[in-house]
Amino acid sequence: MKKYKDKYPDENGKFGIYGGKFVPETLVPAITELEEAFKRFWINNEGNFREEYYALLRDYVGRPTPLYYAERLSEELGCKVYLKREDLAHLGAHKINNALGQALLAKKMGKKRVIAETGAGQHGVATAAACAKLGLECVIYMGAKDVERQKLNVFRMELMGAKVVPVFGGSQTLKDAVNEALRDWTTNVRTTYYLLGSALGPHPYPMMVREFQRVIGKEIREQILEKEGRLPDVIVACVGGGSNAIGAFYEFLDDDVELYAVEAGGKGIETGMHGASLCAGEVGVLHGAKIYVKEDEFGQIEESYSISAGLDYPGVGPELSFLKDEGRIKAVCVTDDEALEAFQLLCRLEGILPALESSHALAYAVKLANELDKDDIMVINLSGRGDKDVQTVAKALGREI
Amino acid sequence: MKLAEKFEELKNKGEKAFVAFYVGGDPNLEISEKALEVICKHADIVEIGIPFSDPVADGITIQKADVRALSSGMNPLKAFELAKKLNEKFPNTPKVFLTYYNIIFKMGEEEFVKKCKESGIAGIIVPDLPIEEADSLYNYCKKYGVDLIFLVAPTTPDDRLKKILEKCSGFVYVVSVTGITGAREKVAEETKELIKRVKKFSKIPACVGFGISKREHVEEITEIADGAIVGSAIVKIVEKHLDENGQIKDEEKFLKELEEFIRNLKEGTKKKAKVAVKN
Repeated sequence: MKKYKDKYPDENGKFGIYGGKFVPETLVPAITELEEAFKRFWINNEGNFREEYYALLRDYVGRPTPLYYAERLSEELGCKVYLKREDLAHLGAHKINNALGQALLAKKMGKKRVIAETGAGQHGVATAAACAKLGLECVIYMGAKDVERQKLNVFRMELMGAKVVPVFGGSQTLKDAVNEALRDWTTNVRTTYYLLGSALGPHPYPMMVREFQRVIGKEIREQILEKEGRLPDVIVACVGGGSNAIGAFYEFLDDDVELYAVEAGGKGIETGMHGASLCAGEVGVLHGAKIYVKEDEFGQIEESYSISAGLDYPGVGPELSFLKDEGRIKAVCVTDDEALEAFQLLCRLEGILPALESSHALAYAVKLANELDKDDIMVINLSGRGDKDVQTVAKALGREI
Repeated sequence: MKLAEKFEELKNKGEKAFVAFYVGGDPNLEISEKALEVICKHADIVEIGIPFSDPVADGITIQKADVRALSSGMNPLKAFELAKKLNEKFPNTPKVFLTYYNIIFKMGEEEFVKKCKESGIAGIIVPDLPIEEADSLYNYCKKYGVDLIFLVAPTTPDDRLKKILEKCSGFVYVVSVTGITGAREKVAEETKELIKRVKKFSKIPACVGFGISKREHVEEITEIADGAIVGSAIVKIVEKHLDENGQIKDEEKFLKELEEFIRNLKEGTKKKAKVAVKN
């Protein structure tokens, strides 16, 4: 595909047939307001918004994050493996890039209250931090099941002054947290900013989140050119909603680089217990956009499953949905067990604890390495660190801690 | 019966419309059919909800009803059968479907609208389908003579309101507050403002929903609007009669309370209208 960049979304907020604004009427003016604000501050750079944002990324987030040559992993896999260390960004995940961008936008728009949803808790923590830093009130919706799975992150959010609201409806995971956040927004639309955590939802969110995460790919590009003098052959990233993946991929869409989007295969696609909407879902409308979703024959959204809370979502953002159909990205999946193995592999070989989300990307990278030569370059986007997952991993391995 | 005919009939009687919402299949298909029969007897227009797994425009009361209906095996095909049966028994009570867009999209827009026509459904309400995304569904609705009812909210600016009212038929669904469905204490001032704005631009009947839960609300709202829509408050009656397994404890008692409630609310649309006629 040639010259993809800057073509999408179109003026209707669509990526081909995907995207759009499928929201209750009450929210339409809020979305229009957001679209206009994003245009003013991000695209037209009013009040030097971009400079302010990049300064925060540099001094508060600690960007650029390193592109680390994983020597022992490279030896093991038989190709050149680089890890984009988003786990070293402030708070331990790529989520902060987007949270800061949107919180700054909320502030410029004069909104005093910010709401967000979170699955693994990383987006919640990032939002809580961004709100603390910018002096905004913060409410985080989180599925009751995830509150239990991610106690440490709940506590971190509370320490930073956020109010965490457990959601007991539906499957009690990320999908239901999004529903609840949308309801709050509908009710308090005039005063509240909804800080969406992935490249999902109604336009302009998928575009905004991509723009705030694009920094990952920009840095990869500069860093790999400096280290290797050429672009990588392959980039691998995990996909829940898809924000770290689109962030890592976007700068390379017009280049000859293979892009792999790794989804949660859970207990295996055939069991139905998975979060692999691109691999095994269908086109539908969920949370404001036309995307690939996991649904039944009547269009009811099915519960997703993954050992990793951040990938436990039954849809994938519109841009990745589109890129899959276009054949520009390859959608693949790995199981819980494969991700757990990859988690341990990286710990053992490199002394890095990857997030369970990122472990999915690693697990596929291990498989893919069989097809690569010694001099081929593979970049794995290490979207976050795994400290939050240590309890889950211990439990899965039958260890008590 | 078409919605326009119903509004004409009500106008001649000097009454306003009472629109009642019930989730098809709540808590199971059999009971919901009986409940809807009771509703069809007294309400002017009946809204049948086709349950969806992620009803973001609805509050917790209706979400729970959707979950109950879905777990009892409710699906869109059964909703069409239900509508057909009700239509045979109560041909003079127009019925509309309320559902979310993914249900329609999955079935195929044309197929869905065609089935609506065949089962005697007069109109469709899709709370997550704003006007910008509605072109093709609108065209199918025109083709098959089914009304597409749009929602307008207090946050809807005038220019947008005009565009929506141009495409809307049957009636316009006035969202009374910025928020989700669910019973509230008072009718908000912004609701009245919104109705005035609707009336300024269009002659289409305006029915107000979201937060209307008792007769006083119905009386107050039908002084200025053409109808009142009650949903959550009806679903709450179902909730009240459930046992620990999510089934109705005493069917007779439940249907009796439902009937009294509906009848009383319908009365609320007569009183003020009569006063107005006298004056």
